[in-house]
Amino acid sequence: MTPSQQSSKGKDLGIDLSQFTGVFFEEANEHLENMESLLLAISENSPSDEDLNAIFRAAHSIKGGAGMFGMADVAELTHELESLLDALRKHEFRISGEMIEAFLQGRDITARQLGRHRSGAGALPVDEESEALKVRLRHLKATGGVGSTPQGTRFPTGRLAVTSAIAAPPPSAPTMELDDINVAYTRLREDVAGVPGVRATNDDLRRVVGAITGQQASTSVARTAGARKPQSEEEGFGFFDSPPPARNAPLADEPRPAGADRKSARPAVADTPPPVPTTVVTTVPAPGAKADGAQAKTPAVANESNSIRVAIEKVDQLINMVGELVITQAMLTQRAEELDPLLFRNFLSAMADLERNTRSLQEAVMSIRMLPMAMVFNRFPRMVRDLAAKLGKKIELKMVGEATELDKGLIEKIVDPLTHLVRNSLDHGIETPEKRMSAGKSPHGTITLSAYQQGGAIIIEVADDGAGLDRERILSKARERGMNAPDSMTDNDVWMLIFEAGFSTAAVITDVSGRGVGMDVVKRNIGALNGTVEINSEGGRGTRMTVRLPLTLAIMDGMSIGIGGQTYIVPLSSIVESLQVSDATVKSIRNAARVIQVRSEYIPVASLRDLFGTVEGYHASHDPMLVIVENEGAKLALMVDELLGQHQVVVKSLEANYRRVPGVSAATIMGDGRVAFILDVPGLIRMTRH
Amino acid sequence: MAHVDNVSTVSAAQLGAAEEFLTFRLGTEEYGIDILKVQEIRGFDHVTPIANAPTFIKGVMNLRGTIVPIIDLRIKFNVGKVEYDQFTVVIILNINRRIVGVVVDSVSDVTPLTSEQIRPTPELSAVVDMSYVRGLAPVAERMLILLDIERLMLSGDMGLVEPAAIAA
Repeated sequence: MTPSQQSSKGKDLGIDLSQFTGVFFEEANEHLENMESLLLAISENSPSDEDLNAIFRAAHSIKGGAGMFGMADVAELTHELESLLDALRKHEFRISGEMIEAFLQGRDITARQLGRHRSGAGALPVDEESEALKVRLRHLKATGGVGSTPQGTRFPTGRLAVTSAIAAPPPSAPTMELDDINVAYTRLREDVAGVPGVRATNDDLRRVVGAITGQQASTSVARTAGARKPQSEEEGFGFFDSPPPARNAPLADEPRPAGADRKSARPAVADTPPPVPTTVVTTVPAPGAKADGAQAKTPAVANESNSIRVAIEKVDQLINMVGELVITQAMLTQRAEELDPLLFRNFLSAMADLERNTRSLQEAVMSIRMLPMAMVFNRFPRMVRDLAAKLGKKIELKMVGEATELDKGLIEKIVDPLTHLVRNSLDHGIETPEKRMSAGKSPHGTITLSAYQQGGAIIIEVADDGAGLDRERILSKARERGMNAPDSMTDNDVWMLIFEAGFSTAAVITDVSGRGVGMDVVKRNIGALNGTVEINSEGGRGTRMTVRLPLTLAIMDGMSIGIGGQTYIVPLSSIVESLQVSDATVKSIRNAARVIQVRSEYIPVASLRDLFGTVEGYHASHDPMLVIVENEGAKLALMVDELLGQHQVVVKSLEANYRRVPGVSAATIMGDGRVAFILDVPGLIRMTRH
Repeated sequence: MAHVDNVSTVSAAQLGAAEEFLTFRLGTEEYGIDILKVQEIRGFDHVTPIANAPTFIKGVMNLRGTIVPIIDLRIKFNVGKVEYDQFTVVIILNINRRIVGVVVDSVSDVTPLTSEQIRPTPELSAVVDMSYVRGLAPVAERMLILLDIERLMLSGDMGLVEPAAIAA
């Protein structure tokens, strides 16, 4: 970041600080989700230490943050959760089903409490549910095992995670200095709390303290994100890096009004991302993570608890800049080709290195935006468990391909449609155990969630082994609604009817409540992501919903084509095939529409030169080529002058500064720095049909 | 002060305060636009034409990773000779966060003008659309035509924004 940007950010300090609560809520939600998935996966007989530690850390982190922001209800409850978990991870007694139940309930109550705080409603005056659970947790802890942990002394309620970490200083750190930092920290906390609308998380304040004690605000982040050595507290926290006590002590003793604090907090704040959409990037241990330093980490655990939050804008800026770098590098390479290869041997080999490094940098930066599907899938075990219990069904949820990565923007937007589909399968797809038995099936229904990559697309499937869709009922319902639904319709066309608006509200498939709410919304939402959804269903055997999404919205594989002297990009995912044709094979109908026969079908032909025009002085030196594209089953043959090659292109909005252009979906920047348009295949198909 | 009332876009608060105008030439005419709307000035680079766009929209260019439409005001105002060489200048404007490039013959300088110096535009024949002219200002022997560049760029007949966005 340039100095000028830093200072401009620092100006809006008040806003930035107040936004820290947002970060805390985001983090807390992540911890809760994480906790839930771990709890659901944990085995009562042989709970892994890693999982217990991870659950403990999640509770601990929430407690720390909640204490910081004065959410006593959250802090107290998480404290009880944490102390029982602490006993468990120390093997004082074994985890039981009842405990898991209590933890899950604790998770729910915490989520509810946090929700109230987030909406500004604050804590309930009397939270009976929470009180009851606290009693239950204490009881479980008292009876669950032998021996007693030093409850309340080890993790006193409302005290901060960080202060307790400071209380156990590494032997090498001078006590005096740590006390000073502790005092400074506590003061700072009080001061920040006294400024209306200003809130900060543990991490933020830690960074602030780091800044006061002469640290660069980024140190703690950089150090923790760096080499993953076995950690002691020393490496976990920026302010254990032994700043000179002489500088440190007077600062801590000075009376500091809130205003002064805010001033000194500036460098730290400039580094803190505003809580605009954030993305999880790399791994940084949570404050309580010291325990796992001794253990080898499995990827799963590393995935869950260790991350840094970065504003998505920063990532996009990075992607933009790397894109520019790649273009500059390409131009350099072009120039370098004119040089004498003998005379400039060293230079040219350095150029080759530069090219390789630039490419890998680009790949790495692009991958920052990618998140594993597990982010979406993880919410389903709980939902399925609860809903199945409610409906009296026995359901097993299988998840496949959770590691498949998807663009962050898509991940967020696919959650709702997918939830709809899963709920539908659960509610209407899977039958009751009795019905299943009588149909000769296992009483346990299975819902399979899978995600995998197929070419430039990602496929997400929700499959159940339930009753399947009822063709006759859908047809009769469609006719009731006055739709044209002849008996000759193919199964696939019939299934697509349930995506029609309004089709879902009444009893279509089952007598319970119709097939969920708003399948039309599901289809629309997926369509908005350039995705499609398909249904396969077999009576008595089950239903499979297939969602197909582009891998990312930011980059795309494309074929560059020449039209009238200009370069355009056709999305590779929509290309079926390319053909060399002679004029004779293209037939015209009534001298207007043109078609070409490809094997057994006639496909309409659109001349892109007619649509997009020709640059002055351009003469085609080739016979035209046909590129056959497809969208939702409709095909179109694009007549182009030449095929130029295949590229991965960065998708740039044209509408940010201009208006929509018919037949063009976006733009990109080619290797030579010029702008090329990306063709809007669905739009082109529509244009030729009307 | 009476003449100021005719220049609707100059608010009372601005009276007496000097505004700065970037002046540029289109053929033999000299124009001025509010300097605060100008992001940068650069040479004319490769522009990708947009199919079926009006002739004065030259196309789009790559401005450090952003796709920016380029408008040739010489064609739009029908003044000067339309040539593109190494002296052709593009003024990059930032209007309500939309970035637009404008091709002009040359950029002259920055002129401070107080509202007293800005004269109202006389009524002219309907042949010339004066609705985007804020006023005229005499500078030495020359006459500056002050454009309301924001209004011009967001107007419907520029075709730069979606019709819906104009109504809003």
